[in-house]
Amino acid sequence: MLDKVAEQVKPFDPVIVGFTCNWCSYRAADSAGMARIKYAPNVRLIRLMCSGRWDPQFVLKAFAEGADGVLISGCHPGDCHYLEQNYKTIRRYELLKQTLASLGIEDGRVKLVWASAAEGAILAEEIDHMVAEVRALGPLNWGGNHGA
Amino acid sequence: MAHNGESKPKFAMYWAASCGGCEIAVLNTHELILEVDANFDVVFWPVAMDAKYHDVEAMDDGSITLCLFNGAIRNDENEEMAHLLRRKSQLLVAFGSCASEGCIPGLANLYSKQTMLDTAFSTITTDNPGAVRPIIAYDMPEGRIEILRTLDQVVKVDYSMPGCPPESHQIAAVVRLVIDALHGNAALPPRGAVIGAGDSTVCDECRRTRSEKTITEFRRMATFQPDPVQCLLEQGILCSGMATRSGCDARCPSANMPCIGCYGPAAGVVDQGARMMSAVASVIGGNDPKEIRAIMRGIADPAGTFYRFSLPSSLLRHAKV
Repeated sequence: MLDKVAEQVKPFDPVIVGFTCNWCSYRAADSAGMARIKYAPNVRLIRLMCSGRWDPQFVLKAFAEGADGVLISGCHPGDCHYLEQNYKTIRRYELLKQTLASLGIEDGRVKLVWASAAEGAILAEEIDHMVAEVRALGPLNWGGNHGA
Repeated sequence: MAHNGESKPKFAMYWAASCGGCEIAVLNTHELILEVDANFDVVFWPVAMDAKYHDVEAMDDGSITLCLFNGAIRNDENEEMAHLLRRKSQLLVAFGSCASEGCIPGLANLYSKQTMLDTAFSTITTDNPGAVRPIIAYDMPEGRIEILRTLDQVVKVDYSMPGCPPESHQIAAVVRLVIDALHGNAALPPRGAVIGAGDSTVCDECRRTRSEKTITEFRRMATFQPDPVQCLLEQGILCSGMATRSGCDARCPSANMPCIGCYGPAAGVVDQGARMMSAVASVIGGNDPKEIRAIMRGIADPAGTFYRFSLPSSLLRHAKV
């Protein structure tokens, strides 16, 4: 009983999974660290070779396994290390967002952010912003949410 | 009826949450059904013969050699029968799309029970003056069933056979294989395998011609007459061939209709809808988010389209309602 009360009182700390590109956003996160810019520790960054490697399945798997939000980050359009793969990311992202809306998942839980290797401050700010937004939305708790 | 053929292996077929199309597909194997009768003692098949659940309960565990279980697990009766037939069967096959992936009944997982009941019992087209409603849940010691599940989410299945319904020539091949295996003339595939289908995609079997074209507009079948030779997707028709398992011989595209995904995810694909999103996104033209969104507005009902047959077996399984 007391445990349950303690559980309710504990503030909600969202889990955000972040997919970053080896050539820009992962380095942006690195440079944010080196510049000692503080940002919310809720994000777990995963490095991909390109945001074009990111697949809608990654987001669904993250949600199914307990994430509250997913951040996708890559090079600005036109700056892709592999020429134009991030345009595919835009299309996959837009299509995923449409599908997630039909699945009742709030808009703020998935976010696409462009950040070059020099934009550590921007990435940190976007992460803080997203964490606040997902915190306001509350836990997704997919495994325990069966919708009676 | 049930216990007179000790020498013959026993066959059962059951329907849970399904439409009955799978049974028709079995009957569409034509004269092969006589081979089934010659090789098996049919002990339980509610659509074809009279039998009661207590007849099944009275059978010895593992006494049914082959049980084709079609239909998803929608309610506690379905669940009870899944456990019962699992116990009584040596080979339990998740037969057809409902048992394997959830299929059309699985789209119920997009809505709350309340919404579905409102639609079925309380809209203007329903004549229900007493506002009669069915009881939607019964508290059992095991808990309540809240969402539709596939057979393998409830019991261990030996094989899955996709298709809505499975193609009759595939059913015939599977039944022949089991008969041959029983006579010692063939080996059964490893347990857990998908049987009665290919490992590739419907696109691989499709005879239409493909070029490398991008789509600038999605179109619907009712609005124009598609070219009979060119790839349907390239003509702007949402076709699920690239994410769907082969085995049907691309019947729908051959008949000028797009693949709707009934054979479930292709081998190696975890989530059919995600694979569809990924593949469709790759062929959409345009690099500007506004332009992309405008093209995507042509996709009516994305979740219902990409997950038409596989929502309960997808990574998320249901919507947030």
